[in-house]
Formats: sequence, C-alpha cells, structure tokens
Amino acid sequence: MTAQSPIKAFRRKLDLRNGRVDMSHGSGGRASADLVAQIFRDAFANEWLDQGNDQASLPLPAGQRLVMTTDGYVVSPLFFPGGDIGSLAVHGTINDIAMAGARPLYLSASFIVEEGFPLGDLDRIAGSMGAASRAAGVPVVTGDTKVVERGKADGVFISTAGVGVVPEGITLSGDRARPGDAVILSGYIGDHGVAIMSSRENLEFETAVLSDSAALHGLVAAMVAAAGPSLRTMRDPTRGGLAATLNELAHQSGVGFRIDEEAVPVRAEVAAACELLGLDPLYVANEGKLVAVVAPEAAERLLAVMRAHPLGRDAALIGTVVADERQFVQMTTSFGGGRIVDWLSGEQLPRIC
Amino acid sequence: MKYVDEYRDGALAKSLSAAIAAEARPDRTYAFMEFCGGHTHAISRYGIEDLLPANVRMIHGPGCPVCVLPIGRIDDAIRLAMRPEVTLCTYGDLMRVPASRNGSLLKAKAAGADIRMVYSSLDAVRIAEANPDRQVVFFAIGFETTTPPTAIALKAAEAKGLANFTIFCNHVLTPVAMRAILETPAAAGEPPIAVEGFVGPAHVSTIIGTEPYRIFAEHYGKPVVIAGFEPLDVMQAILMLIRQVNEGRSAVENQYIRAVTTPGNLAAQRLTEDIFELRDAFEWRGLGIMPKSALKLRDAYAAFDAEVRFAVETQPAADNPACECGAILRGWKKPADCRLFGTTCTPETPMGACMVSSEGACAAHWTYGRFRAHEKTATAPVRRAS
Repeated sequence: MTAQSPIKAFRRKLDLRNGRVDMSHGSGGRASADLVAQIFRDAFANEWLDQGNDQASLPLPAGQRLVMTTDGYVVSPLFFPGGDIGSLAVHGTINDIAMAGARPLYLSASFIVEEGFPLGDLDRIAGSMGAASRAAGVPVVTGDTKVVERGKADGVFISTAGVGVVPEGITLSGDRARPGDAVILSGYIGDHGVAIMSSRENLEFETAVLSDSAALHGLVAAMVAAAGPSLRTMRDPTRGGLAATLNELAHQSGVGFRIDEEAVPVRAEVAAACELLGLDPLYVANEGKLVAVVAPEAAERLLAVMRAHPLGRDAALIGTVVADERQFVQMTTSFGGGRIVDWLSGEQLPRIC
Repeated sequence: MKYVDEYRDGALAKSLSAAIAAEARPDRTYAFMEFCGGHTHAISRYGIEDLLPANVRMIHGPGCPVCVLPIGRIDDAIRLAMRPEVTLCTYGDLMRVPASRNGSLLKAKAAGADIRMVYSSLDAVRIAEANPDRQVVFFAIGFETTTPPTAIALKAAEAKGLANFTIFCNHVLTPVAMRAILETPAAAGEPPIAVEGFVGPAHVSTIIGTEPYRIFAEHYGKPVVIAGFEPLDVMQAILMLIRQVNEGRSAVENQYIRAVTTPGNLAAQRLTEDIFELRDAFEWRGLGIMPKSALKLRDAYAAFDAEVRFAVETQPAADNPACECGAILRGWKKPADCRLFGTTCTPETPMGACMVSSEGACAAHWTYGRFRAHEKTATAPVRRAS
C-alpha cells in the first residue's frame, strides 16, 4: 500500500487474533473500508489496486489476443495440506488462462464472507492469495467484498476473474485433437483430491500427500516455446479428474482416446487412499497438472522440455488420440485388459463393500 | 502397495489367462456367476473379460446390497429423513439410488432433510451422542459383511445409554439369494438357468465361512470357489471352476485362504445371532420377494429399531415393467439385451437394480465395457408381449 492511499486515513486496527467478520464489514461504511484496507489491500498491494477505484485501468500488449476467465472457489475445508482456498483461487484462475497457451496478466477477486468468520483466518487466506499472486507475477488488481448472514455461506467463497494474452501463432482449443496425436500428462494425478479428503472433518486419515495446487503458466510458456503450433490443446484436469478432461476433449474434437493405465503416474500414497475409500484416481481432482495433446512429431521434444521444468518433472506420455465416432476414452489396464474410462455419474461416492 | 499390487500383476494375469485358455475345452462353453458386486467391479475395472477365452462367460450376479434394495425401502428412508426430528445417517452409495416419484436421498437432502453420509456405523453413534436433541437413524444395509458392524453400533449405543439412536435394518443374506437364483423356474420361452458354478463372495465368507455353500455343490451340483476381490483372485477362481467342471466335480473350494476360514468369524456370528433374527420375507429389487432372506432386530432390541419407533410401513413400489433385471441377474440375458439399456436406463437415470450402483451388471457394462461389440446374447429370446 502506498502512503497516499485515501483509505489509509480511516484505518482502525482490526483484531485479527479474536475478531470476527460481522455484518458491518459488508455495509460499505468505515468497517468495510478497514477490512479492505487491512486485509485485502495489504495482501495484494500493487499499483492498480492501490489506486482504490472500483475498477482497474490496464495496459495491454499490442497485437495479441485477449483471453478471459472466471471461476468460483467453495472448497471445504478452507485450509488443507499443501494450500488453502486463497492460493487455490489464484492458481486455478491462472491455470485456466494458461491452458489457452496464454500469458496471464491480471486477476480480480470477489469475497463472500459469512458473518462470524474469524478475521485471522480471512487475513491468512488473503495473505496466501497475495503471496501466490506475487510468486506467479500476476497481480490481483481489483476486487469486492460482501458479508452474508451466518448460515448463508460456508465460511468464505472466492470468485476470481483473470485476463491474459495469447502469443501470435498460437491457437489452442479443445476441438483440435486429431487421430494420431500424442497425449501427455504433466505429472502425478489425484494429489489435490486426496489431500482435501484427508483433512475433511469426518474422514481424517494420515497421509503425507500434499495438494499439487500450483500456477502452471511458467510450464506452459516453456511448452509453447518448444512446440508452438504443434500443440493442439491443453487442459487442467481439476474436478472430475483426468477422466472428465479426456472425455471433454473427446467430445469437443469428435475423437476417441486410448490410454495406458501403466503410464499414468499415480503416487503410491494416493493409490492407497483411493483403495481405502473405494475411489478411482482417474476421477480425483488435481490443481497443478495439465493434459496436453500434441502432434506426434513434437511429442518427444515437448516431453523433454516439460521434464526440465519443476512442475513437469514427472510428465509422461499416457496415450494417443484415435478415430472413434463414439468418442470413447479407452484404457488398457495395468492388468492387460481393456475398459472404458467414462464420464463420472454424479459424485464419486465411496462403496459399501 | 503391499498386499494389493501382488494381486494385480499383469504378467501373472497373462500366465493365468494362458492356463485358462489351455484348460477350457474348445468343444463346450462355460458360464459362471460371480455373485458379488465386488467381483463384477474387478472384472470390469481390470478388463478381465479380455483375458478369458470366448467360450468362458461370466454372469454378473445380484451381489450388491445397494442394487437389490427395493424402491419401497428407499422411500421409507426418505420419509424417515423428512421427519423434522430425524437425522438419517447413510453410507455414501445409497445417496443416489432412485426412489419412487424420481426421488432419492440426495434430492431429499437438497429439499431440507438432515441426511449425513457416514463411513462407519460408529460414526452414526457419534452423531447421536453429539446431538441428543435429534433422533439419529442409521440406514443399515448390506450382506453378512456389514451386519456385524451394525451390531457393534447398536451395542455401542446401548453401552452409552443413547435413547436417540435407532437402526433401519435392511441386512440381507447371501446363500438364500443364491438358492433363489437356482430355484426360480425358467419362464416359458426362456432357456434354463445358465449358471454352472459360482465365484463365491469374499468378504461375506470371512464372516460366515465356507459351510453355507456346501448345499450348492452337493444338492444343486454347482461348484463354488470362494474368491477375493483382486483381479488375480477372480481369474484363479475361474480356473478352479473350469477344472471342477472338466473333472465332473462340484465342491466348495476356497481360493481366498488368506482371509476365509471354514468356520468363519465365530465372534461376529454370535454377535449377529444375539441381535438379529430372520424376517419372514423381504423383497429384493430385481428378484422379487424371497422368504427368510433378510434380517430384522430381535424384540429384545426393539428400542433400537427405527421400524418400531417410527412405525415404518413399507409400501411396495414397482420397477419399470420393461426392465429385464430378473433375466439379467439369472444369466438369461446380457445388459445390452434390455431395451432400456443405455436409452432410458443409464447410470444417471437408473431404472432397475442392475444399473443402480456401480457394481450392478448393467452399470458395470455401461461404465467399463460398452466398447465391446459382442455385448448382446447371441440367442437372446425376443421379449414376449404380456
């Protein structure tokens, strides 16, 4: 925050240790201004936000295409091994932009906070969000805060929007997968979903697995530089996991996928947790992984570049795109048989036996 | 994973596949039923069908307690959950099971019912203890495997003196259903039961042991091989069944010796016996009403019986008449033979028992195996006008 900030003049120190969000924090009055100044502006501080306007006026690089995305975060619990809702909101939105092959530039953040929520927790979430955006080099340039009555939200909900620019010559889209293309996964799947489950109130189990929550735009920039137009499409397999992502791409492109279960990286701890809960890692959420479809001749080059990046160290070629008007994602199992990897029906629920 | 990966070894699967191909006589066919949904899941999930010769056919049995729970009982549970004083605790896979009038527990929860998903029967007891002003009902379901945990929950509630904990009991019995499958006469125009032997339940047998299956081998002449749920277990059981058939034998054999003993778990059996007794009759979804096929709480434990406390009176609710579950569960037809399969009946909109949970025959075929072209029974009888 700059010393010239007009809001700073109204500053009363928030009791971050014991204080709780109350309805006055959403009233638009002095309490709101205090909350914004001491939690969000401190956490996100940058030249655009510090202007204190209701919007940010932003310069854009000339001649490049703009991409925009928006996303909502309602994760429970808010704090989990390897991250929290704040860093997750930054990473998730950056990744949605990056999957277009774009360079993310700016984020916005809207907070819906439940009356009674501890100020200290809100400060921690905002701090984590600010740290994540600084580490990624993508500032939160504008935002909003609303307080709703107790019971009308689950602690904190965060909505974010993001904009970025796509380099000339790059067009990534889910409808561009073609038979013969290679399918590459950037690393181990299921870490985020298992980390979240391990910390749920009614399901606490001991695991060393941390969420893979990470901003992937650096990895993507290296991939775009290496493979350029050979890159057909990229997507981050978040909710619904790898299975949902491959089915979405099959549907968009009107093709089938054939993947090899042996080639899909799954940590032993994740496999064990899924085994215990009767879940399939292919359907478990990720927050720091991507699937790339690439022309076959560029696959090895792309794989090498990914493996040289810390977030793609465990990248693997997991299968190929095939012609299939039924748009099936088929998998050769580690056991040697074949199966479909279908869309998930509803939520993935643990089985009785 | 220790004790898991060993049973999913692709190289061993190949050699077992070769052994099955070598021992299955080319001049005949083999049809075995895996009773348990867990086996069905393993067969589908690992693509075991691709590792069997074409003349060895697996028939997916009714062994998923979620699949065979009749609609009327889900309706009961929803009515219980909608009572303002009730918190209903249920295992997760019951949440989506369709009830009458397009209802489900998931929809009842969205409509305001207090329904909690639990991972253990004791979680329900803990919820009752923490909420003394609520009537906590545990939706108990399952075969012989999950009955002892329900009994333990009841004993825990009794020890804590909880007056707000009851059990809505839907426990059913495996051997009775196996017998019903063998004894149901073929309808006119339909071929006799195709099942020549059973892959016997794994977890159920850890509780009840191997003796209850003797009747199938000795009286009905159907070999039984009790097997674990890992894919190599299932393949080994299939090989053992083929050997028995080839040798003209029918015996109960135990492939799952790492967990199943001849007498089973006697302490669990005593606990179950103490708390539960046979119902005169119970409806199984897809199979109809079967005498002595389910359990209820003994009168001595009526204070813990939700059916007593809330005067539950189950109203029968019919499946879709076009549903072929009965014929599929008995091995007469394959899922794709049913005209509802993949049209009105899908995992998102299940019509019948076989599509209800992921372990049902139709759901497994839809989810994992529908890429295979040879999915219809070559001689599927034409459905008769009724």
